[in-house]
Amino acid sequence: MDPTKKTLQPYVTGSSVLAIKYNEGIIVAADTLGSYGSLARFTDLQRMSKVTNHTLIGGSGDISDLQQIQKTVESLILENTGFKKDEEPLTPKEIQQYISRVMYNRRSRFDPLWNHIIVAGYQNNESFLGAVDIFGTFYEDNTIASGFGAYFAQPLLRKGYKEDLTKDEAIDLIKTCLKVLFYRDARTINKFQIAEVSEGGITISDPFELETHWEIADWQEGHL
Amino acid sequence: MFRTQYDSDVTTFSPQGRLHQIEYAMEAVKQGSTAIGLKSETHAIVVTLLRSSSDLSSYQQKIFKVDENIGIAIAGLTADARVLLKYMQNETLNHKYVFESPMSVEKLVSQIADKSQIHTQRYGKRPYGVGLLVIGHDKSGVHLFETSPSGNYFNYYAQAIGSRAQSAKTYLEKNFENFKKLSLDDLIFHGLTAIKESSSKEVLTKDNCSVGIVGVDTPFKFLEKDKLEKFLERVQPQDDLDDMDLNNDNQMNID
Repeated sequence: MDPTKKTLQPYVTGSSVLAIKYNEGIIVAADTLGSYGSLARFTDLQRMSKVTNHTLIGGSGDISDLQQIQKTVESLILENTGFKKDEEPLTPKEIQQYISRVMYNRRSRFDPLWNHIIVAGYQNNESFLGAVDIFGTFYEDNTIASGFGAYFAQPLLRKGYKEDLTKDEAIDLIKTCLKVLFYRDARTINKFQIAEVSEGGITISDPFELETHWEIADWQEGHL
Repeated sequence: MFRTQYDSDVTTFSPQGRLHQIEYAMEAVKQGSTAIGLKSETHAIVVTLLRSSSDLSSYQQKIFKVDENIGIAIAGLTADARVLLKYMQNETLNHKYVFESPMSVEKLVSQIADKSQIHTQRYGKRPYGVGLLVIGHDKSGVHLFETSPSGNYFNYYAQAIGSRAQSAKTYLEKNFENFKKLSLDDLIFHGLTAIKESSSKEVLTKDNCSVGIVGVDTPFKFLEKDKLEKFLERVQPQDDLDDMDLNNDNQMNID
């Protein structure tokens, strides 16, 4: 009998996902790169997806595992909608819990789904921002950053966060963080998408670039 | 033994297009003692009339708690009901584990219906001989459902099942339009009045009837015996009881 095979390391990976709450919803952002080791293999992947009219999930880590999670959640939603009228859709919190159970189950089989998932939702005039890690640990916060962003962007997001942050302020802050990550994280490209989760529903922007300056790079120790 | 040649097997249609075994199963529900359910905007209750198999035995329980937000009342085969109850308790617990939220009442009821339907179509199985009134509260409000052995389920403002349910139904049909805004106390009063309609000569006591309650901010619970007694005093004023007792005495003069 062949030995059981597990994912021992991720293959095609996505880098950070950033998210912050503002006064009327949530801003989520990520770049569009799928790295194959250090090779920038796929440059136009979308790592955020709308799963219900109120909920968006985004993820870092193994892209194929992320796609599988997206599929699982999509079929869960499909199972829960349909013939029954005036039925309440699953809440963002319920979706986060469900993902957490899937992740915990996989880690308990010593074969984890190699991701850090961010769940952002806006339902019944309330915003929800939470995450699930590779082990199934779940938490909620006003600002969340996965991957390398947990080290570089999270402190900046926390510093910039306030109760009544406006949408424009939130987007500016997120863009600053994306730029910092682009400068320091070698698994990032200058092609980003920003998603808005609010009363009006969910919109994911087309990919865009940020203005960068490399003239001062020569003074950075270690830069070629 | 057989009413027709088409009733020995659940899966064979009669020439009239009917499935006799399923109709017999639904008949079993009608043989059970009465259970009624009704709801307001904030609460749903079930009221049942209990039977005992002999004077020496206790009354058979007919109301059960499924979860904090859901309860059922049964009419028909108690043993079958216990199977469905265990299934419902399992499903709600599992839902709580997976989603960290209480299960939607309709979702649970539709699963019961699907489970019952399988028993109407598969060779070698028999339908459940029990009907349920399911009351519950979830994020879409307060609900009352009826399930039946045929695999159907219905949403109700008020409903009665079991023997002599028609008398209770008549009462409920006359009054259900006022139920919406009622307080819990008034709802219980109407529930007990309705069950009295179908209890014919039998006097309601704190032992032979039972009330289950669930609502917004009210986890499922049974109405306490002493409170039930107070309600019964309102539903059956002493004067009426005296009259009834006289009648009963006449019948009981056999020793």
